[in-house]
Amino acid sequence: MKKIIAYLDSFNGNLKRTAFEVATAASYFHKENSAEIIAVTINGNEKIAEQLKEYGITRLVNIQSALLEKYSSSAIAKALFQLIKKENSDTAIFSATSYGLELAPRVATKMNAGYIADIIELTFQNSKAIVKKPVYAGKAIISASFKTENVVISLRPNVFTPVKNPVSNISVENFNPELLQEDIKAPVIDTYKNEGKLDVKEADIVVSGGRGIKGPENYYLIENLAAKLGGAVGASRAVVDAGWRPHSEQVGQTGKTVSPTLYIACGISGAIQHLAGMSSSKFILAINKDKDAPIFKVADYGIVGDIFDVLPKLTNEIEHIS
Amino acid sequence: MNILVAVSRVPDTTTKILVGSDGKFIDTNNVKFILNPYDEYALEEAIRLKEKNGGKVIAITVGPATAQDILRNALAVGADEAVHIKSEQNFDSFFVASQIAEYASKMKPDIIFMGKQSIDFDSLQVPSILSDILDLPLATIVTKLNYEGNMVKAEREIEGGKEVLSLQMPCIISAQKGLNEPRYPKLPDIMKAKKKPIEEIDAPNYENNIEIIGMELPSRSRLNKIVGDTDEDIKEIVRMLHEDAKIF
Repeated sequence: MKKIIAYLDSFNGNLKRTAFEVATAASYFHKENSAEIIAVTINGNEKIAEQLKEYGITRLVNIQSALLEKYSSSAIAKALFQLIKKENSDTAIFSATSYGLELAPRVATKMNAGYIADIIELTFQNSKAIVKKPVYAGKAIISASFKTENVVISLRPNVFTPVKNPVSNISVENFNPELLQEDIKAPVIDTYKNEGKLDVKEADIVVSGGRGIKGPENYYLIENLAAKLGGAVGASRAVVDAGWRPHSEQVGQTGKTVSPTLYIACGISGAIQHLAGMSSSKFILAINKDKDAPIFKVADYGIVGDIFDVLPKLTNEIEHIS
Repeated sequence: MNILVAVSRVPDTTTKILVGSDGKFIDTNNVKFILNPYDEYALEEAIRLKEKNGGKVIAITVGPATAQDILRNALAVGADEAVHIKSEQNFDSFFVASQIAEYASKMKPDIIFMGKQSIDFDSLQVPSILSDILDLPLATIVTKLNYEGNMVKAEREIEGGKEVLSLQMPCIISAQKGLNEPRYPKLPDIMKAKKKPIEEIDAPNYENNIEIIGMELPSRSRLNKIVGDTDEDIKEIVRMLHEDAKIF
């Protein structure tokens, strides 16, 4: 018997895109071995149930607790495990976001489950899950299976395309976990939003600058192009280590791994550790004055030229066409 | 103040990864191994805390005999002692976390630091598993720390912003780049590190929860349309992005 907990991220009462990715991955298990899917939200609402009906979910359990108004990995994991025990479920799916990456290993520990993080593919062999996961920042990909009865996975965001599969009915129940104040081991006391700034991990287009930009005062060239495209601004390690840009923008092995539709590398030579972080982008445009720069080897489109000449022209031309 | 720092040994970031003859793990020939870069921030934070408050810093790793080199690195940077949990097996994160947890439950450190992830399997698992086993407060992906008595304020990165957590010691912190500027060991410290003690503990046999079936290198063919920088070239690139790739 398989019973799947699909943990859905929500924000301000709306499901995040990653929630539909989790619902879709859960439906693969359902197709394979008729596993029952239990979609789970924390302090959710009716609107969420309506959204989920579009994605084939027939049962939603809403964990309700005043103690979970703010995120707490220890308390949510405890509540989830109470539900998992009650339902006798053997599989749990999360999104590999900063929250999911904390919750999944905790829940796996409690369930004595094998856990594989940040997967990019889910298939089945003799009804057993086989997953693929990038390792060494994407320089290689492993295939792995589970030796345990119980299984926990987290999905790399933006990889599992949500598939619509409307159903007419969804049952909604509340679950009240037994939680105490002290289950919140590390309370959140403050949050800051990067106002108006799109995260490189979430953006569909990323424009990154490298050493070729020569100094932070020239970064407006990158920012202008990113703004024109509605994309996020990224940076190479050299640029971050020089203190020109914040680490949150760093793309590469000691920064973020991104896979946008279009990645534009401006004045980036293409060190192995940078390529690892961006080579799963759908399209790559490289601009560099050195025609032998390694970045051109992974590029779909390349402009051999000085970024100080090319970027304004490119920004202009895009404005023309869009 | 007693501080435990968990470190791991990983291929250098400049390594070109090749699949080994077993088809499951990397070919380690000619691979230079280093202290996991994120662990450098963890170690630096631990040493600064000790310099301020006294006490000692113990570096711990779980791994094969070859893992001792990174413990020597940690000792050279300023750790006082090191613990090597020896295992020649291929093991998963649960094993690493459970071994560190066992040591920590005897040592009772005031704070445990580690890098936010090891740059080999990039799973970010060990801090959370450790926190769950030891039932200690945890902050992951931390970029800033403030200490007040036995309370710690930890600023961490989340998608599109930051959040601040309040933790009571003993607690666990996983370090993100930017937390501090790690120091480099000086030659006399490297010499001294050779004399510092490394406690060796044999790890028990362990049955992995997961099984690696295979490893492949990502292969993706690229269009490789490379042009010059004339106005016509740039127009053509924008046309291709627009019409062929349908990006905007």
